[in-house]
Amino acid sequence: MKLLTHNLLSSHVRGVGPRGFPLRLQATEVRISPVEFNPDFVARMIPKVEWAALLEAADTLHLVEVPKEPIQGYEHDERFLRKMHHVLLEVDVLEGTLQCPESGRLFPISRGIPNMLLSDEETET
Amino acid sequence: MAVPGPVNRYLLLMAQEHLEFRLPEIKSLLSLFGGQFTSSQETYGKSPFWILSIPSEDIARNLMKRTVCAKSIFELWGHGKSPEELYSSLKNYPVEKMVPFLHSDSTYKIKIHTFNKTLTQEEKVKRIDALEFLPFEGKVNLKKPQHIFSILEDYGLDPNYIPENPHNIYFGRWIADGQRELIESYSVKKRHFIGNTSMDAGLSFIMANHGKVKENDIVFDPFVGTGGLLIASAHFGAYVYGTDIDYNTVHGLGKASRKNQKWRGPDENIRANLRQYGLEKYYLDVLVSDASKPSWRKGTYFDAVITDPPYGIRESTRRTGSQKEIPKGIEKCPETHVPVSLSYHLSDMFFDLLNFAAETLVLGGRLVYWLPVYTPEYTEEMVPWHPCLKLISNCEQKLSSHTSRRLVTMEKVKEFENRDQYSHLLSDHFLPYQGHNSFREKYFSGVTKRIAKEEKSSQE
Repeated sequence: MKLLTHNLLSSHVRGVGPRGFPLRLQATEVRISPVEFNPDFVARMIPKVEWAALLEAADTLHLVEVPKEPIQGYEHDERFLRKMHHVLLEVDVLEGTLQCPESGRLFPISRGIPNMLLSDEETET
Repeated sequence: MAVPGPVNRYLLLMAQEHLEFRLPEIKSLLSLFGGQFTSSQETYGKSPFWILSIPSEDIARNLMKRTVCAKSIFELWGHGKSPEELYSSLKNYPVEKMVPFLHSDSTYKIKIHTFNKTLTQEEKVKRIDALEFLPFEGKVNLKKPQHIFSILEDYGLDPNYIPENPHNIYFGRWIADGQRELIESYSVKKRHFIGNTSMDAGLSFIMANHGKVKENDIVFDPFVGTGGLLIASAHFGAYVYGTDIDYNTVHGLGKASRKNQKWRGPDENIRANLRQYGLEKYYLDVLVSDASKPSWRKGTYFDAVITDPPYGIRESTRRTGSQKEIPKGIEKCPETHVPVSLSYHLSDMFFDLLNFAAETLVLGGRLVYWLPVYTPEYTEEMVPWHPCLKLISNCEQKLSSHTSRRLVTMEKVKEFENRDQYSHLLSDHFLPYQGHNSFREKYFSGVTKRIAKEEKSSQE
């Protein structure tokens, strides 16, 4: 699971609502999977990022060199875009968990794939 | 022609496959590249020859980099119902538009394409010689010509009635071929990881085209299966997400779908499939998730949602259920928290899908999905709708004498306000597809009857 994905996922446990974001990340195995750099795509993702959630996740994984916030004119700043490319698309959590910050429910990540399934009791409103 | 200003006329040679899907594909692609579908022709039903007005050759070339429904495009220089009509039409084509392609230091060749008839070599030569009046000054080069011109003759569609003379004759300068070869190079037969219901390669490219997928888009498939639809979108430069409720499929575990192979191999998964085609960089992630209970945060937007929902014939329709409903004696998955799946009403599934698309698509983004229908009872009103989504096209593919599936394309035209506002849409009045819930039963009853009939007739 990439950190871009982590940034877009929320817990949907019943009654949690917007407090289900961001999911608390815990990783037992992380791999860096090189991905071809595409500045246009990364620039498109920047406005979508919830920055606090990204920094928290990056901190959990002890990543260094994560930009603290989007900078002016980032579309044309290759250094910035490369750093963001690395954080959002190349850091791959293979094993670990995502935890709902409100209910504590754990969603396992195995072989890089998060399992977001919940039972009816946990979701129905 | 009703179109003002200078417009160039092009001849599109269409493939005679998936006929109903062709017009929406060409329209979608033209609008994607800044063109607009305008034409003096009235119907595009079955003929392989379409005359289109396209504002520029660049747009025509872009169209051909994407289409799997069209074989080739030509700049149309002349058209007639008889050789005489064609020649007079060619004489009216502005010489200044021809000259750049005919000058003395260029090379060219003339090809003949006939539809529904085969010509002898002698007949072909005769036709080429008859074009002598055109100011060809270059040298003929059959192997590597700079310019290719084509005479195209249309002998109608009926193989049992081939007329002596063609209905229509066209002459044009070849510009580009379409992407028909993708159907072969992406064939499911050669794909590493497939499922029971993997989409035919041609149709998956058609879906991506109906969805106006473009470079750097994010495309999402909520019923991703083995990821066939993601491959088509990634081929066109979009980044892809997928979810599926089936843990084993997403992880590439369990029984193989291929004949002569019992279990899936260790590297049979969606990511490896993209890698097989050199498209791994477009893989974002896949999740195990229930399409009826999406877990994307607010503010997640997709440029297109392209999917083939399961409708319970070869893959079952399921959603997550409750732990209490797990029958005794059935072993739970090794991973905790994976509850059993329940069957999922088709109408609920399509309601959820439309509502999801209405909420998570960008404005102008498209939803493309298959809707199964029982043909004797089908009416257009049955196609699920949503106030935020506009129906763009609805094309039928027949599955059997009484069932078919329809490829529905919708575009988000209005901002989604809040979920509760749309819940009334699930009532019968708004969702006549509800009456269609028994699709599965009808499908199987039909099959059962047919088998019984066949058995009976074979005994006689």
